Amino acid sequence: MAAGDFQVPLISPAEFAKEKIKALQDYALLTGQSLANLFRRPLYVTDMVQQADLIGVGSLPIVILTGGFTGAVLALNSASTLSRFGSLTLIAQLVSVGMVTELGPVITGLMVAGRNSSGMASELGSMTVTEQIDAMRALGTDPTKKLVTPRVVATVVMLFFLTIISDLLGLVGGNMVSSFLLGLDSRQYWTSAWQSLVWRDVTTGLIKPVLFGFVISTVGCYFGMSTRGGTQGVGRSTTQAVVVASVMILVVDFFVTKLLITLLGYR
Amino acid sequence: MSAPTLPLDMTAPAAKQQGGEAIRFENVTLAFDDKVVLDDISFRLPHGETKALFGVAGSGKSTILKLALGLMKPDSGHIHVLGEDVTQMSEEALFGLRRQIGMVFQESALFDSRTVRENVAFRLMEEGSVSEDEIDRRVREALSFVELERTVDMFPSELSGGMRRRVAIARAIVTQPEILLYDSPTGGLDPVTSTTIVELIVKQRDVYKTSSLMVTHRLQDAFIMATHYFDRNANKMLPLPKGVHCEVPMAFLILRDGKVIFDGDLDDLAKTRDEYIREYIA
Ligand SMILES: Nc1ncnc2c1ncn2[C@@H]1O[C@H](COP(=O)(O)OP(=O)(O)O)[C@@H](O)[C@H]1O
Ligand SMILES: [Mg+2]
Repeated sequence: MAAGDFQVPLISPAEFAKEKIKALQDYALLTGQSLANLFRRPLYVTDMVQQADLIGVGSLPIVILTGGFTGAVLALNSASTLSRFGSLTLIAQLVSVGMVTELGPVITGLMVAGRNSSGMASELGSMTVTEQIDAMRALGTDPTKKLVTPRVVATVVMLFFLTIISDLLGLVGGNMVSSFLLGLDSRQYWTSAWQSLVWRDVTTGLIKPVLFGFVISTVGCYFGMSTRGGTQGVGRSTTQAVVVASVMILVVDFFVTKLLITLLGYR
Repeated sequence: MSAPTLPLDMTAPAAKQQGGEAIRFENVTLAFDDKVVLDDISFRLPHGETKALFGVAGSGKSTILKLALGLMKPDSGHIHVLGEDVTQMSEEALFGLRRQIGMVFQESALFDSRTVRENVAFRLMEEGSVSEDEIDRRVREALSFVELERTVDMFPSELSGGMRRRVAIARAIVTQPEILLYDSPTGGLDPVTSTTIVELIVKQRDVYKTSSLMVTHRLQDAFIMATHYFDRNANKMLPLPKGVHCEVPMAFLILRDGKVIFDGDLDDLAKTRDEYIREYIA
């Protein structure tokens, strides 16, 4: 194919690699700063609360819906598999461990990524292209302190609680399916769901949202703050933020799961 | 001369040394990718002077203001602002210095999620040590300076371009900084609003003795500033009396192709033989 067929100007692989490494470096720097700011004054508590409200309360409906339906469909799918082996009663264990260790954190993470990584990228992106970020720096305020750190803290805290809510709703969804569609005893469902959870599952399930929350907010803020090229650039950053945050959640999920299995030594 | 009462009672900056310089650019060079925007630029802005930066679009005027604030770094050269070399300062150290400088951005750059009051008060609220009443008083003062008291609870999106520009000026002057940087303060405005803004800048220069750089692509505005002064008693801008040799601290700096092709006052400008400049003055 001739070079002229491409819409975008071709850049050499070396140039491309250099650009990506620079981006990675900037991302690492922003991430480091957002954490270091926790130990520097001023700490913008009001901004944190405001963001927490935006992220937490705003995401509640979708987290309830996705959590509930994920648990329900997990129960449905497991039922058809389990009934083949004649152990339909294991359904509670499957839903419970599946939701708490894996699906609760990942589904919630992906939902919040879709909603808030994009929100942060577009908000900070428009602030960047309209020079509001520069104006803030010019007024003597550090945008990483005022804008990034509050978003990171708020997302980490809220994703933690949203995940717990999602886990619970998943169990409720599984319960609905098992009692109304499969005719299993509800009390037995809850007892075995509860008993099958060991502390390692719970630990895994609670470490993940902390990491995912960190990924969602830092990626969203990074793409927002590095936006170039007007309103078109804002659109691009927004899309990139969601894509990168979602992929990173799944990648981080794999490695964290592997690491925790090794560290906590189970299965 | 008896000291006339100022129309505004704003805290004057601690020390406005006479003589010395507010800003000094030394052999500053900056390129974006392969495009050289500033090529070995040197100039100085003495304390209390207002210097109009003039040049065609894309000649690097906004870039000069951003460099002075340390918002970007030059490829080479040094920039001294209030005695400190901003090219050698960390972002953390720059935040302190920037509190003594006010900047009016080309597109105003108001925080669009905050009201006019919150925009103007931003710096005072960030300082944390100013009481609510004091903030309120100073915001009202700054807004009355730009004649926009009534917009205090509005959002930037509800204002016209000229009003946004004036709010941006109020935000920049609310702490009465030592240095003001105006980026095209009259760009794209109707003649009446332009004149109001020119008058505001002249007032800053003559009443508060603020050192400033003012980007403009309209030389007429700068000419008005060089031929008028702000009369405190009349509380308005008046033409300099003819005959009497009376000068205002106003200078011009003209950029072309990344170089400074003119740096001097109105008299020098009238005498210049540079074809390019003569064409503009005419
Ligand atoms: N962040 C940037 N990245 C790349 N090029 C830039 C950037 N900022 C400014 N430029 C380029 O530098 C030149 C000078 O810009 P600027 O200082 O905004 O000019 P003006 O005199 O119109 O204010 C322009 O050609 C512009 O395209
Ligand atoms: Mg400009």
